[in-house]
Amino acid sequence: MLTNIKEGKLLKKNIVQIKDVVKRFGNVLALDHVSLEIPSGEFFSILGPSGCGKTTLLRLIAGFEIPDSGEIFLEDKMINSTPPYRRNVNTVFQNYALFPHMNIYDNVAFGLKLKGIGRAEIKERVMRSLDLVGLSGMGDRKPRQLSGGQQQRVALSRALVNEPPVLLLDEPLGALDLKLRRQMQVELKSLQKRLGITFIYVTHDQEEALTMSDRIAIMQTGKIEQMDIPPQIYERPRTEFVANFIGISNLFSGNLRNGNGKIYTLTTSDGFEIKATGEGIRPERNATVMVRPEKIQITPGEPKNMSHNINILQGKIEDMIYLGNVIQFIVKLKEQKLIVLEKNYDKTFEFKPDQDVFVSWDIYSTFVLSERVENERLFAQV
Amino acid sequence: MSEIRSRKKFNAGEFTLGVHSWLTYIFLYLPMAILVIFSFNKARINAVWTGFTFEWYKVLFNDTALAGALVNSLIVAFISTAIATVIGTLTAIAMYRYKFPGKGLFDSVLYMPIIVPDIVMGISLLSFYVFIRFTLGLVSIIIAHVAFNISFVALVVRARLHGYNKTLDEAAMDLGANPFQTFMKVTLPLILPGVVSAALIAFTLSFDDYLITSFVAGIGSTTLPIKVYSMMKFGVTPEINALSTLILFISMILILISQRLGA
Repeated sequence: MLTNIKEGKLLKKNIVQIKDVVKRFGNVLALDHVSLEIPSGEFFSILGPSGCGKTTLLRLIAGFEIPDSGEIFLEDKMINSTPPYRRNVNTVFQNYALFPHMNIYDNVAFGLKLKGIGRAEIKERVMRSLDLVGLSGMGDRKPRQLSGGQQQRVALSRALVNEPPVLLLDEPLGALDLKLRRQMQVELKSLQKRLGITFIYVTHDQEEALTMSDRIAIMQTGKIEQMDIPPQIYERPRTEFVANFIGISNLFSGNLRNGNGKIYTLTTSDGFEIKATGEGIRPERNATVMVRPEKIQITPGEPKNMSHNINILQGKIEDMIYLGNVIQFIVKLKEQKLIVLEKNYDKTFEFKPDQDVFVSWDIYSTFVLSERVENERLFAQV
Repeated sequence: MSEIRSRKKFNAGEFTLGVHSWLTYIFLYLPMAILVIFSFNKARINAVWTGFTFEWYKVLFNDTALAGALVNSLIVAFISTAIATVIGTLTAIAMYRYKFPGKGLFDSVLYMPIIVPDIVMGISLLSFYVFIRFTLGLVSIIIAHVAFNISFVALVVRARLHGYNKTLDEAAMDLGANPFQTFMKVTLPLILPGVVSAALIAFTLSFDDYLITSFVAGIGSTTLPIKVYSMMKFGVTPEINALSTLILFISMILILISQRLGA
């Protein structure tokens, strides 16, 4: 089902294409052979820790940086060296970058005035755009008279008024407090749907990316580690980095053997055998498998359903943390610790620290992670 | 009881610093105050107060030779300020915006004219003019003033640019402004207070300059400070006091405005 959604999206025309782009700053490789395609109308997020190259990628699309090699296409036109003022994209900057010497109206009208649009039309469009972000009647104020959230909306309005086919957003909610951020997430998403504009959204907040995006690219050290729809990113992280960056993961490392077909068996250093699924994975090597904490059941005795499709391990409760709607258990296996999240139902309270327990989960919730992207590249070159 | 004592407790540090400040200001401004006071003195000699008069200001305004020098000074100050402000501002922006090889060297060399003694500036400019056989006159003075004022303008504008958010330029370009439009609509309006403040300082420096001007001035290009100096050779007349008072007054207004804008 998940792949169906993906395929449905791919039917649309690509509005932005990035082909094998490399960008260096001195000795730092900011973008390392990055390629991606963004269909028209998509809410595309670029997610990663600071310094992963996500902002550089956005600045390349905006035109503030020029790639060292590779190509950038916007609406099928190569725009590698097109200056920012001739590109049909607009940016919402991290700290809004509102012009402090102009009032809100003039800030929003800035782009339209440069295009030589008539006074009446400018006025009409500026008013409509301010109305769109809920700031009608604020035109006379100066940016410093507005709150952070309002300035954010002005920045959005100033970009959207130009009706760009692609809007670039560089951590636009980063400076807002949590509550306002949540509210703006919802507003941004519905605005994007309503206007049908392609959003390219840079963020380091995984929750933000998961809730808002049609598709997410996860970046690390200048490379895209994985590019997928949000459920796929969460359910099937391809690499260890993605598994750790998005949500909580339990990882097991050990020697991997191929069981039958898509089922693999991993033997950990402390002697546990864990079955996992995977596709096109080379066996007979050291590998890492992962399982999400909420996929694991914790039981006082051995689970009765002894199906072959279940991993069962024995351990001891080391710690219980009350999180409200869920309880987090730290279960100590022989050497490794396992994080288990259980829904808060009455029986959960029967567990006590130091109690011997069984943990079990479906083998289809466990899967083999790819080797590091570097290794893949290395093998591809050989 | 103890409460009252603690409130009225004598603070030695505060007292000493207060006295120190007052003495410093007296040291700086007493001579000027005397100059101003004696410009209204009836007596011809700056020794005894004999009564209040505006006589010397009348004499001053009827002195055509002095008026000619004033006109020369104003021409030099306006033109050199205009040129130095444009060059200095653009230099400061280039230094702020771009990275290029040898930037550090350019940076230190740019401020050299501020550090180099005026007499060295004067001699070097004069030798230069003689070397290229340039006729000394108002133009040579203007060029000399531009030379030292560029440094001051660049320094002041650069200080203003220090807090400038480069993202604003990017935002302007993102919205369709080419580099020139970005400069005119965003950068310049935002650094304008710094530019005006720099221009006022440049004007004051040019208007007051004696030393460098004395080297590069030719016949018929006497500026006000040079004229005053030559008048001084016949003794300090109350007319000079009156003139100095006016210059002092105008300079102070310009400095006050530039401080207001620079803040």
